[in-house]
Amino acid sequence: MDTIATPTRRGMLALAAGGVAITLLPRPASAQLAAPTQAAIDRIRGGRTPQEGRVTLRVPPIAENGNTVPLTVSVESPMTTADHVKAIHVFADRNPTPDIATFHMTPAMGRASADTRIRLGQTQDVVALAEMSDGSLFIARAEVKVTIGGCGG
Amino acid sequence: MGKVAGLTLGGAALAAGLALAQGGAPEPQRAIPDPQSGRHFATPETLAIQDDDFQNPAMLWAEEGEAAWSRVEGTAGQSCASCHNDGTQTMRGVRARMPAYHARLNRVVTLEQQINICRTERMGAPALPVDSRPLNAITTYVALQSRGMPVNVDISGPARPFFDAGERFYNTRRGQLDMRCGSCHEDNYGRSLRADLLSQGMSNGFPTYRLKEQRVISLQFRLQGCVNDVRGEAPPMGGEEFTNLEFYLAWRAQGLPVESPSVRR
Amino acid sequence: MAAPIGQPRVRIPAQARAGEVIEVRTLISHIMETGQRRDQAGAVIPRDIIKRFEAKFDGQLVFAMDLAPAISANPYIAFPFKVEKAGTFEFTWTNDAGEQRKATNEIKLA
Ligand code: HEC
Ligand code: HEC
Repeated sequence: MDTIATPTRRGMLALAAGGVAITLLPRPASAQLAAPTQAAIDRIRGGRTPQEGRVTLRVPPIAENGNTVPLTVSVESPMTTADHVKAIHVFADRNPTPDIATFHMTPAMGRASADTRIRLGQTQDVVALAEMSDGSLFIARAEVKVTIGGCGG
Repeated sequence: MGKVAGLTLGGAALAAGLALAQGGAPEPQRAIPDPQSGRHFATPETLAIQDDDFQNPAMLWAEEGEAAWSRVEGTAGQSCASCHNDGTQTMRGVRARMPAYHARLNRVVTLEQQINICRTERMGAPALPVDSRPLNAITTYVALQSRGMPVNVDISGPARPFFDAGERFYNTRRGQLDMRCGSCHEDNYGRSLRADLLSQGMSNGFPTYRLKEQRVISLQFRLQGCVNDVRGEAPPMGGEEFTNLEFYLAWRAQGLPVESPSVRR
Repeated sequence: MAAPIGQPRVRIPAQARAGEVIEVRTLISHIMETGQRRDQAGAVIPRDIIKRFEAKFDGQLVFAMDLAPAISANPYIAFPFKVEKAGTFEFTWTNDAGEQRKATNEIKLA
């Protein structure tokens, strides 16, 4: 029985290592983006320069299938009339088109956060760009490794 | 109505009688005596979707099935509920013991096939196409009522030849890759095949929401995929070969909790 | 012909304390056809997605989302909401063809 049990245990360890590591290794937001993503961001930012920080992008480091990748994005903000997040734009750097979603937010939410599930065509970075009520911009980036099942029907 | 239980019991008694008459074939031995569900080979993110009944997209199918349960269809003017009353009560444990030997038809029937038998023979309604959305929906609803109950199919007596046929299919090398099911799911589970982590190929989670397909799929749809993988010629869904194979797979998974509707990559 | 927008599911606590931030969770059945797939004959399957989601509380827009084809089939959308008073949520999903599905949910103060 040992010969059968061993690979399983190894598999489980690999899985645990891959899965528990929820802590993201955020990429410097300054690293080069694909041209369509950069263009989409440029359209939103106009002359403004996005800063790093305040935005937390939660995506799994490894996605078993790119069709359904859970995503949570949140921004540190008091969410008051005077100081709140107006929108969060989310992009997939290497999808056929970079747009994923725009979340429009209001102070009535109490917290600036949203969850959804996204499609990623391949291993790539996801980028979140938050627009604050004072016009400032914050950006964050995280990589998702997409394990496209080469087999299994 | 209340006639259903009596009839079902009748079938079971008949099956038991036949088993005695045949003296019983030797107990088959499982290659994996202590099976593990496919959930052990899924990432925490996938499990999080499965384990949250709100987020699990298969629940959309279960709800469609629930609505269909009491919808009158066919010439007899009846719904499932006309005979089976409250499905959350009467369907408890059904998924766990199916596929099962059907005495009158003298063959093994899957849950999907039993549902279509009720539609065509009792409701005067057309059979729902294999792996179609409405059939997967009602199957998901029925299967959900057995969630957590151990798989427990009866392979004894007259069911045994169908089990044996399923076992033969499982163990036959096929396709250009010349592999048997066990080449992947017994000899190599826990290892990666290209980018895919192989499980033991257990069937306790079906119907399942497949992330790749982005819909609920039936077990036999998955089996077609597995046969195609070894570049083999897959038999038709709903046919005798896959039905017997599904019966054998249920026995492989004997004791595992029904996990339907699971979520798999 | 646009694909059907299925029955939506919404989960919010039926009661909340004033000042409490609750989670609003929604799921709706939809294929989210990207417009980039081809059918067996090789023809492009036209794009057909839920493109907009809106949540209003007593008529006031609280949260909205513009969806691209990169949102998974059967869209799951969740967001927080700070309860100040009792009232009614109205949720609207709109597809490319402009067809809508609505759902309403009441919140009472605990
Ligand atoms: C007119 C009565 C009638 C209607 C309507 C009916 N059934 Fe049945 N059903 C039966 C009877 C009788 C059996 C016992 C097995 C047999 O004879 O096929 C049965 C068996 C079953 C079983 C197997 C139960 C077990 O304990 O193993 C399932 C599952 C089932 N029906 C599902 C359905 C569903 C789903 C519908 C609606 C699409 C439905 N039935 C409609 C009469 C009915
Ligand atoms: C070439 C390797 C290979 C072969 C041979 C193979 N499969 Fe699979 N099978 C897979 C892969 C890959 C998956 C998806 C990952 C997993 O669950 O193992 C899978 C999944 C399954 C599942 C779903 C498991 C779950 O938890 O959802 C079942 C059931 C299954 N296979 C049965 C079979 C049967 C029966 C056969 C023989 C007809 C077979 N497989 C042959 C590779 C294979």
